[in-house]
Amino acid sequence: MNTAAVQERTNYLNESYGLKSWLLTKDHKRIAVLYFITISVFFAMGGVFASLIRTELLTPPGDLVSSETYNKLFTMHGVIMVFFFLIPSVPATMGNFFLPIMIGARDLAFPRINLLSWYLLIVGGALAIFAMVAGGVDTGWTFYTPYSTTYSNSYVIATALGIFVAGFSSILTGLNFIVTVHRMRAPGMTWFRMPLFVWANYATGVIQVLGTPVIAVTLVLVFCERVFHIGIFDPALGGDPVLFQHLFWFYSHPAVYIMVLPAMGVISELVSTFSRKPVFGYGFVAFSSMAIAVIGFLVWGHHLFVSGQSLYAGLVFSFLSYFVAIPSAIKVFNWTATLYKGSISYATPMLYAFGFIGLFTIGGLTGLFVASLGMDVHVTDTYFVIAHFHYVMVGGTIMAYLGGVHYWWPKMTGRMYPEGWAKLSALIVFIGFNLTFFPQFILGYLGMPRRYHAYPDEFQVLHVLSTAGASVLAVGYLMPAIYLFWSLRYGEVAGANPWGAPGLEWQTASPPPTHNFDKIPVVTQEAYDFSKVAGEVIEVG
Amino acid sequence: MGTRLPLFPEQASTISAEVDHLLYFLMAVSIFFTLLIFGAIFYFAIKYRRRSEQELPHSVHTGWTLEIVWSVIPFGLTMIMFGWGASIFFRESRPPDNAMQIYAVGKQWMWKLQHMEGQREINELHIPINRPVKLLMTSEDVIHSFYVPDFRTKQDVVPGRYTTTWFEATKPGKYHLFCAEYCGTNHSGMIGWVYAMEPQKYQEWLNGGAAGSLSAAGGALFEDLACNNCHKPDGNGRGPSLVGVFGSTVKLAGGGTVRADEGYIRESILNPAAKVVEGYMADMPTFQGLITEENVVQLIEYIKSLGPRPGQGQPGQAAPAIAGSIPSNR
Amino acid sequence: MASEVHNAHVESLALREQFDTEEQQKDASTLGMWIFLITEIMFFGGMFAAYTIYRSAYPTVFAIASSSLNVTVGAINTCVLLLSSFTMVMAVRAGQLGQRKMIVFFLILTLVFGCVFLGVKAYEWTEKYEEHHMPGQAAFHLEGTPLQGPAKIFFSLYFAMTGLHAAHMVVGVGLLSVIIFQTMKGKFSADYYTPIDISGLYWHFVDVVWIFLYPLLYLIDRHLPK
Repeated sequence: MNTAAVQERTNYLNESYGLKSWLLTKDHKRIAVLYFITISVFFAMGGVFASLIRTELLTPPGDLVSSETYNKLFTMHGVIMVFFFLIPSVPATMGNFFLPIMIGARDLAFPRINLLSWYLLIVGGALAIFAMVAGGVDTGWTFYTPYSTTYSNSYVIATALGIFVAGFSSILTGLNFIVTVHRMRAPGMTWFRMPLFVWANYATGVIQVLGTPVIAVTLVLVFCERVFHIGIFDPALGGDPVLFQHLFWFYSHPAVYIMVLPAMGVISELVSTFSRKPVFGYGFVAFSSMAIAVIGFLVWGHHLFVSGQSLYAGLVFSFLSYFVAIPSAIKVFNWTATLYKGSISYATPMLYAFGFIGLFTIGGLTGLFVASLGMDVHVTDTYFVIAHFHYVMVGGTIMAYLGGVHYWWPKMTGRMYPEGWAKLSALIVFIGFNLTFFPQFILGYLGMPRRYHAYPDEFQVLHVLSTAGASVLAVGYLMPAIYLFWSLRYGEVAGANPWGAPGLEWQTASPPPTHNFDKIPVVTQEAYDFSKVAGEVIEVG
Repeated sequence: MGTRLPLFPEQASTISAEVDHLLYFLMAVSIFFTLLIFGAIFYFAIKYRRRSEQELPHSVHTGWTLEIVWSVIPFGLTMIMFGWGASIFFRESRPPDNAMQIYAVGKQWMWKLQHMEGQREINELHIPINRPVKLLMTSEDVIHSFYVPDFRTKQDVVPGRYTTTWFEATKPGKYHLFCAEYCGTNHSGMIGWVYAMEPQKYQEWLNGGAAGSLSAAGGALFEDLACNNCHKPDGNGRGPSLVGVFGSTVKLAGGGTVRADEGYIRESILNPAAKVVEGYMADMPTFQGLITEENVVQLIEYIKSLGPRPGQGQPGQAAPAIAGSIPSNR
Repeated sequence: MASEVHNAHVESLALREQFDTEEQQKDASTLGMWIFLITEIMFFGGMFAAYTIYRSAYPTVFAIASSSLNVTVGAINTCVLLLSSFTMVMAVRAGQLGQRKMIVFFLILTLVFGCVFLGVKAYEWTEKYEEHHMPGQAAFHLEGTPLQGPAKIFFSLYFAMTGLHAAHMVVGVGLLSVIIFQTMKGKFSADYYTPIDISGLYWHFVDVVWIFLYPLLYLIDRHLPK
């Protein structure tokens, strides 16, 4: 392909210039880029908070910062990472960019609502940042009552309002995706020809639409409780502080799937492209996303095993929690089976996919520990839980996020990233991650409670290991930030389909034109049909 | 700098070993599947590495059998985990009848513990080994959580209600007590020690304390607060007699009954109008804000100590129609 | 096929560029509104869950507190809202037929009914304020029960739920104003009246929420023995 021609033609990046053309854009690709920039900033902020937390924990006494500051650090780390990075991470960026292209649409169904959701995230983020600058918030990202409603003297209201607003950003993104998938598919793009990334984002949309309003209304109640002392969560007035936990986790457990389902979708794409095979058990993987979205709403009570909820509620929630484990296991097995007799490339995105499968396996298996009642009583609210969900959120979602960014980088920017540096950083991330979080499993089982500013001496060795890992991890995250930026200018120019992948996004130019396709494609093949892609074919296996 | 690097916490209660056995099972399953997945990825990645840029592998057809096998086998394993964990949880949730009771009150940022015999401790708890100990806990402010890792027990302590936990220490020693639910600025300072002692030593420790028993303190308080002006033992006061009320079933004004346990008595002191005994007026003043949670505990123990009503058997078995409420016209 | 698709694209000004046909656009907008309403159901659902839990915990207090609300005024408001739903239906019908004047007429009627509802609501709230039934007032007191805490919870839920509902009404009134303006500018015809249609959906939803709120808040003491 003539690379110079690719660069010169009109695409979504060079169609118009100027700040206004970006801030008022309705193009889903430009909005995705806006999201990329925004959530990278949030990720950096959350990362700085994490580094300070880990530095404090190098020594047993609380010596670097005061307990008040420490509490604010972990709260803001949680709030920023969960609500302003992980929840928008894959769907708002790669989902926004590629979901319409993958189903052969010119844009999402509601481009203006799409832009509105970005602005809502900005307003929500601004409120959260205002709370931080004004003095911070110290309730933990979980906002448990009555601490958050009555006892905390920090900026709870501004932060809650920020999350409330950002919640609507998430709802509108989900709504947009659902309608787009239902109504905007190209001719011939049947439901079971859709890439699994689209299925995953569709399932995520369902959770966003059904779950997010519940956290919104819960935060409204927290707001009223703080301002008007209305008594809903105040035991002194006959209210029930544990009701908050039910309402909070009714959203926040499914929210875990908002964070990880799109990541799983990314992995399906990567595993397929870099083994040159359709994903094994396509239907099972697609339906497992839907199953996770549905069952995910029935398990919130497993966060409350020691809260004083009834014994039988505990039994039911533990039982149901195991049902949600099965669809995740199905995905892992199917990805692994996809490798069988494939043509496996070791390109950077695939290394991240390997990393994801391995780390998500550990994160998922330790989920079985915490779903087991007798075990959870001991490990809940300890570093075991911290390690478990970081394996899923960081080892899972962020690995997939980075894998996806590398995979689609040539499509989004028209340039290749430097492969050698990328491979090195993937390796550093993997090592740093395990060194950071594996010791925390042991710490947790030993009894180290979470959110502790100071801790007994015998835990120090493991904490030092964890902090050392965190510094390695930080290097691993900084490297892509530098070389990806570098590649925007100096990277090798990428063709339309550098990976030889069959998805519709690879059938249009890199970067794609404003309305994605010169001509809306008519789909005649199943998903992941490689037979039409590879030029000169040598059949193997 | 700590010199030892422990990998497992001590087994210091009857339940510890059971939780650890469950852990070993979970670890075995996890290690098996982790090795399986990592092994498969490495093996496939090397064996089927791309040898030419043009190669196109045959697609392998999905088999229902395989999908069912790798859904059903893990599901079976998880059901073992569920059953095993649930059976431990059942035992953890139900204190034995012969357990000795200790009251715990959480407060930003300390643990206050009271023994029946009247000893009061802060951030320290002395208990005898080989005897089940039941904790009845509440909080004066926010939610806390009572956690002793070496006993593998944890229970949230919630304001406005009583929660319970129990354990039976097996080894004399000094064990960490943590607050495991984030409770504000000095959360990591809300820690203490549990001292498990030989029964004899425990007795000696108990005898060292000067205070009178909890119920005696409660009795004194009962008179100080003038509770006895209305709650007369013969039932002729403005309030019902409290003799024998504990453990009985109380008939309420406006229909319904309630079992008079610690939670009900606490509610009746702090929020008397919530559940009024049939035949009485809701004219008792609230003691919310006037007495502490520890005072409430003393009053409860005093009421318990009043024993069964004369002429009746076990308080718990009293006929619901009579127990706990005496018509005002009698 | 793609070329036809592009031709269709140019035909109508009301068709946005991401859609192929007007039918697709209408379907998408309607589906979008339905999904939004599902979100709204979950939004109110959190409140209803809290209501259910506390009503079962304090049934008597809730009944007493409920009887202090003004049932007649509530009933009048219910009628006003039902009437507004009727006029909204008529407006959509007029939209289908492309009768621009009738659209404007019925939309204005709907708008007026909506404002009447909000006015009555404001009157009721003022009444509550004067009676010291508003949580957050230092002088809060409900007669007839010693349980002031749960009484406060009832009124908190009352204000939160009716407040949230009223906020939705305000949004609806804003929506109607925009559509009336657009109709007068001649934006809609029998071929394109989707905004009227989906605003109707929204308006009916807000009505239906009130149909649940009215008995749950105003009428719960009716079946209790006096």
